[in-house]
Amino acid sequence: MTLKECYVSLNGDYDEVMGRLRSERLVQKFVLKFLNDGSYQLLLDSLAAGDRDEAFRAAHTIKGVCANLGFTSLLGSSEKLTEALRDGKPAQPGEEELIAQVKADYACARQAIEAFQEGVGG
Amino acid sequence: MERIAERQKILIVDDSEMNRAILSDMLDGEYDILEAENGKEGVAMLQQHSQEISLVLLDIVMPEMDGFGVLSMMNKNHWIEDIPVIMISAERGSSHIERAFELGITDFISRPFDGLIVHRRVVNTILLYAKQKRLTSMVAEQIFEKEHRSSLMIDILSHIVEFRNGESGMHVRHVHTLTETMLQTLVQKTDRYHISPTDISVISTASALHDIGKIAIPEEILNKPGRFTPEEFAVMKTHSTVGADMLEALPYYQDEPLVRAAYQICRWHHERWDGRGYPDGLKGDDIPISAQIVALADVYDALTSVRVYKPAYTHEQAVAMILNGECGQFNPLLMECLRDCADDIQAELSSDSVQERSRRELQNVARELHKHEELTASERTLELLEHERMKYSFFASLTQEIQFEYTVTPSSLVLNTWGSEKLGLPEILVDPYQDRQARAIISDQDQSYLASALHSTTPGSPVVQSDCKLIVDGEEKWHRIIARASWSSEEPPRYTGCIGKVLDIHSSRLQMEHLEQQASHDGLTGLLNRPYAKKRIMERLADRPDGRYALAILDLDYFKSANDTYGHMFGDQVLKFLAERMRRSIRGGDIAARAGGDEFLIFLEYKTDLESTIDGIYKRVNGGVYQDFTISVSMGVASTEIVAPDYETLFRCADQALYVVKNSGKGHYSYYHKEDAQINGDISAVSPIDSGAAQTQDEEEKK
Repeated sequence: MTLKECYVSLNGDYDEVMGRLRSERLVQKFVLKFLNDGSYQLLLDSLAAGDRDEAFRAAHTIKGVCANLGFTSLLGSSEKLTEALRDGKPAQPGEEELIAQVKADYACARQAIEAFQEGVGG
Repeated sequence: MERIAERQKILIVDDSEMNRAILSDMLDGEYDILEAENGKEGVAMLQQHSQEISLVLLDIVMPEMDGFGVLSMMNKNHWIEDIPVIMISAERGSSHIERAFELGITDFISRPFDGLIVHRRVVNTILLYAKQKRLTSMVAEQIFEKEHRSSLMIDILSHIVEFRNGESGMHVRHVHTLTETMLQTLVQKTDRYHISPTDISVISTASALHDIGKIAIPEEILNKPGRFTPEEFAVMKTHSTVGADMLEALPYYQDEPLVRAAYQICRWHHERWDGRGYPDGLKGDDIPISAQIVALADVYDALTSVRVYKPAYTHEQAVAMILNGECGQFNPLLMECLRDCADDIQAELSSDSVQERSRRELQNVARELHKHEELTASERTLELLEHERMKYSFFASLTQEIQFEYTVTPSSLVLNTWGSEKLGLPEILVDPYQDRQARAIISDQDQSYLASALHSTTPGSPVVQSDCKLIVDGEEKWHRIIARASWSSEEPPRYTGCIGKVLDIHSSRLQMEHLEQQASHDGLTGLLNRPYAKKRIMERLADRPDGRYALAILDLDYFKSANDTYGHMFGDQVLKFLAERMRRSIRGGDIAARAGGDEFLIFLEYKTDLESTIDGIYKRVNGGVYQDFTISVSMGVASTEIVAPDYETLFRCADQALYVVKNSGKGHYSYYHKEDAQINGDISAVSPIDSGAAQTQDEEEKK
């Protein structure tokens, strides 16, 4: 699997990210790094613990990373969740769906990257 | 040798490791990258490296402290004036961006960012700031140059007056130096006159103009060799008002502090403290302090310099003549200053040169700079600072001791590498008071003692030393903490933190305790030994000389037979046994000691009922058997009710009482009475321990 194919399967914008970061080596390095980023786990943990401020920061970080890496789907869902959590707002109807969407997009991205990682022998 | 240019440092503050990695990857190779994972850590790094960091890349949303928090700390500490900040955030709200610019950021880049743009903006910002720094220091140099030129003009002008007066040209310079030195002494003595470092500089410069009015005095009067006629003197005296009028007639600069000071000095430098000077007959502190000081400096220099009509007097002669009122009355406080700074004056006057003065001026400028935090330090200062920091960290890396630096705001503790490894703490610790690891090392009590000791230091004596137990490597050990508090230069000074080191004094302390124990205790029984008991008793008597005290000497009867019958080992056991009984019989504050051989002593303080206390002790100590040996004790007691409250007397009298007991059947106790002295006569001073006679008697009794 090429990096580009990986982007296709996680629904990201390969051309956009290459336009900004300009080096396949760099993009590959950070895409692989994404697997080790603790923000997603932090998001799940703080949601479970009811710590909405911490959850907001975690979602915000995921959103920032996805923006930088051009992970379009996960960027979209994490951005919506970030706004839902902003300023310690109480849970609104539909939040469960937002969380579910983030989980689905994250799982998809993770699966694609892991497949790519096997290919490059990482 | 070619100097390898140190790379500029960029600090990246972002909570996401990935984001930091992306940024650092783009900039690495050209810059050294420092990373912080939240605002607090970022501030701590700025605290440590503020002089080295060329740029900060700052995220907004972060745990602990967010980007805005970092910006306000940077404003508070004036770092924002020297260190450009580029904010990088996925926040799109314009209110965020606006607020960030208001807090002083240079640029805002939104996520997702373009690698090239970030790189270009970073490079541009750093170049721009470097240029600005160079310009700032150029402006500072120019200002200095201009100041220098204007004081040169004043010098030339006042010398013209002097040359016309036929004087050496040194007078103006001396008056300047004297005025400055005395003002500095005065400021240390009192704040009555509210004199700032700027005032000192202005008054000393203006002092050069004190005789400017002489330019209007006809030459034949000015340079008349003999005494003035009253008419001539009246003309001569006009020079003070003429000088003042000249300054007042200046079309510009009336509000300049220099012109105002020069006016006061010109007009009133011939006024005297008692009101008998001229032109206005002002009295005491109605005369501006500037004029008072220049008047004294003027007179002093005239006396200590050669004039055509007189030789130079010494400092002592001059001060004596002034004190004597030969040149009119002066402010007594200023006379005190003149006397106090005699050494300084002589050193300054003899080394006085234009260079010297520039140096002093520079010191004043430096002092001023120090007072105005908003002024940026010059490049040179920064270099010096950087050099000091380099030296410090080099030496710190070599030593095997724990060194630390604590800052109050933001609360952070920085350790040297060795210390950090030794204590198992990070090198930079934010909020150490809240840190579980740090709090496990030192007890709360020791910690708060140290903190309050540091807070109660003064800028003049800021060093604190405290010995306490620290838990290092899981072991509780004695350490000595030596710390120096830092105080801000504002008024009143504010405690800003401390620096210090921690020394392991465990083994030396233990050794010391051991030695102390050895020196003060009897090896066999563990009771105090006699010399140490004597010392303690004398201390107690000296502490409360009007207390009521008693001293008892106890003697183990038939001890020699125990030794002879059962051997010395057994004898030692018996002594230990008795010592243990004594230990249990006395109260907390009492002193029990082995006086030597089979003699012991007890010292106690009592309130009312000595008899029952003594009786209680005796009953607990005497009687019973140790194995086969019957414990029988003889005891003599002396109390301060009967004898003088000093150790020697108490001991001698208790000993006499014991002697009486020994001679009257043993196995009981008795008090010393005044009559005993009569009965015992000259033997009274002999202690039974040393007394062969007493021992021989004992032996005979035993047989």
